[in-house]
Amino acid sequence: MSANAPLLDLRKVSKRFTTSPDLIERMAAKFGFAAAAQTVHAVDQVSFSIAAGEVIGLVGESGCGKSTLGRVIAGLHKATEGEVLFKGQPLRYSPGVRPAIQMIFQDPFASLNPRKRVGDAIVEAPIAHGLIAASQAKEQAAQLLEQVGLDASYVRRFPHQFSGGQRARIGIARALAVQPTLLVCDEAVAALDVSIQAQVLNLFMDLRERLSLTYLFISHDLGVVRHIADRVVVMYLGRVVEIGQTTELHEHPNHPYTQALLAEVPRLDRRNIDYTPIKGEIPSPLSPPTGCHFHPRCPHAKPVCAEQAPLLRELSNGHWSACHLNS
Amino acid sequence: MSPMPLLEITSLRTEFSTRQGLLPAVDDVSLRVQPGEILGLVGESGSGKSVTGFSILGLIDAPGKITQGSILFEGTELVGASDETLRQLRGDRLAMIFQDPMMTLNPVLRVDTQMIETIQAHRSMSSEQARARCREVLVQVGIASPDERLKQYPHQFSGGMRQRVAIAIALLLRPALIIADEPTTALDVTVQGQILFEMQRLTRETGTALIWITHDLAVVAGLAQRVAVMYAGRIVESGSVQQVLNTPLHPYTRGLLDSVPANSERGQRLHQIPGMTPSLVNRPKGCAFRNRCSYAQADCAIDPPVQHFEQEHMVRCVRPLTEVKR
Repeated sequence: MSANAPLLDLRKVSKRFTTSPDLIERMAAKFGFAAAAQTVHAVDQVSFSIAAGEVIGLVGESGCGKSTLGRVIAGLHKATEGEVLFKGQPLRYSPGVRPAIQMIFQDPFASLNPRKRVGDAIVEAPIAHGLIAASQAKEQAAQLLEQVGLDASYVRRFPHQFSGGQRARIGIARALAVQPTLLVCDEAVAALDVSIQAQVLNLFMDLRERLSLTYLFISHDLGVVRHIADRVVVMYLGRVVEIGQTTELHEHPNHPYTQALLAEVPRLDRRNIDYTPIKGEIPSPLSPPTGCHFHPRCPHAKPVCAEQAPLLRELSNGHWSACHLNS
Repeated sequence: MSPMPLLEITSLRTEFSTRQGLLPAVDDVSLRVQPGEILGLVGESGSGKSVTGFSILGLIDAPGKITQGSILFEGTELVGASDETLRQLRGDRLAMIFQDPMMTLNPVLRVDTQMIETIQAHRSMSSEQARARCREVLVQVGIASPDERLKQYPHQFSGGMRQRVAIAIALLLRPALIIADEPTTALDVTVQGQILFEMQRLTRETGTALIWITHDLAVVAGLAQRVAVMYAGRIVESGSVQQVLNTPLHPYTRGLLDSVPANSERGQRLHQIPGMTPSLVNRPKGCAFRNRCSYAQADCAIDPPVQHFEQEHMVRCVRPLTEVKR
């Protein structure tokens, strides 16, 4: 592998979910009333790469496919099409091999077994992968807890004995247990109060420096992403609409959707503003609009937008946007 | 002299009795809302902001109880008011919007049934007249094709649309005060923008006052005229949006503002408030924030006095940050 190859390379990754026909539909099919299977294009031909040590913010509203993409990268879903290359090799998960990508979920309480002591939950993965012996487990768990800023004596506690912020830290400790290279953080701070969110974001930045981690930071909160990410990827209805350096993208958003998204973010320095929202809501991914997915809501839509899907084009160094207005 | 406030809360205390002891979720809260005003009630989880809202509407059930204070709404005392008095006020002069619109909507009834029911519970109006009013408010909150929407069930609406219906129901009888409890927290940014836009327009057009309960200071900055910050059951600071956000006097407000990622240099460490919200059960005397406060000294162990600064800027702190300018 060459030195400047990206850590993670997504090549036209698509993920589709198809409904399987239920009993009534199968019976109807027998009588010749076949209902078409419904397909959700959750992720549609997404390509971008992540360099080692980089923090990528993946931004979009609910239903845009950002979580599905995160799950495809973490190996929880198989891509329907396209390739996910890690250090130039296709991702393969097999027992005994240290998983290089780990995921942190929004609700750590839902991902922790309520009947398992957190110490056991944290070292479950490394033991299963044969990375540490069971005899080292206790020591390892205590060490991981200290790494995320919790007291080592907490190993014997149960998940319900922790506050939201502490649970978020446990979720991080559990992901770190297998010494991953890339962390996929899916709305990892969304459920936390502002003051606790600041603590956890600081922890993320400390860990990145200490363990030279790479993050894919999935969030709907542009403020958080602006703070932590080096580059931002904006998704809308399964497609990437814009990629750029964080400051460049925030200061000169190109795609009308990114512009709208940034304009709607409530900010402390804007007082008694007159809201001028964009119209409509995200359409259903079951029947996405033709052409550019954003055209029904776009204030600048032209006839071509309804016919052809725009391709990502490089505007300036590293700033890509998929919009017909640029051509 | 200022005009008579629409709502005046004086030293309200709402307690919940738990197995561990009495939990004062709201403690010595005093608030005023003028007609047509938008007040932002800000706090983190467990600060008592929602319980304050529920107390106003008389929605505190056992084991909770309002044990002290008064809530005057249009001259009527709501603490200890009969169920019948409260029932007549709720939905008519006073309305609430919840975070989850499905708390307002009945999933097995069509939207028109629920909306007409609300009107007819308070006014003698024919179903046709009521339906016309329903259409009118649906249009007001930005729902296209109200006639078709009225015949649908809540599950046929998207999250943002449901919240609009909940807002429409709150607006049906032109209430004097709406209490909105985190109505946009679960919504996407663009949809939140739409709803904030509608609410702002509606309060301007109808003169309805609004208490907007939220954890998001940035939403309040854009929407409200006045803001009250709650911590551990008490209002620690209140004043105009400019006063509180530009020159916060309470160390907690200051800490909250500094924790917002947008307020600090990109990539720098965020200012963090150490520790976490204390348990309210058997809370010790004194300032509840003192264990997390970097300015705390021994005298913070007494209950901090309420201090007033220029133009109703109130702070509850022994050592307010008067000289520190942001």
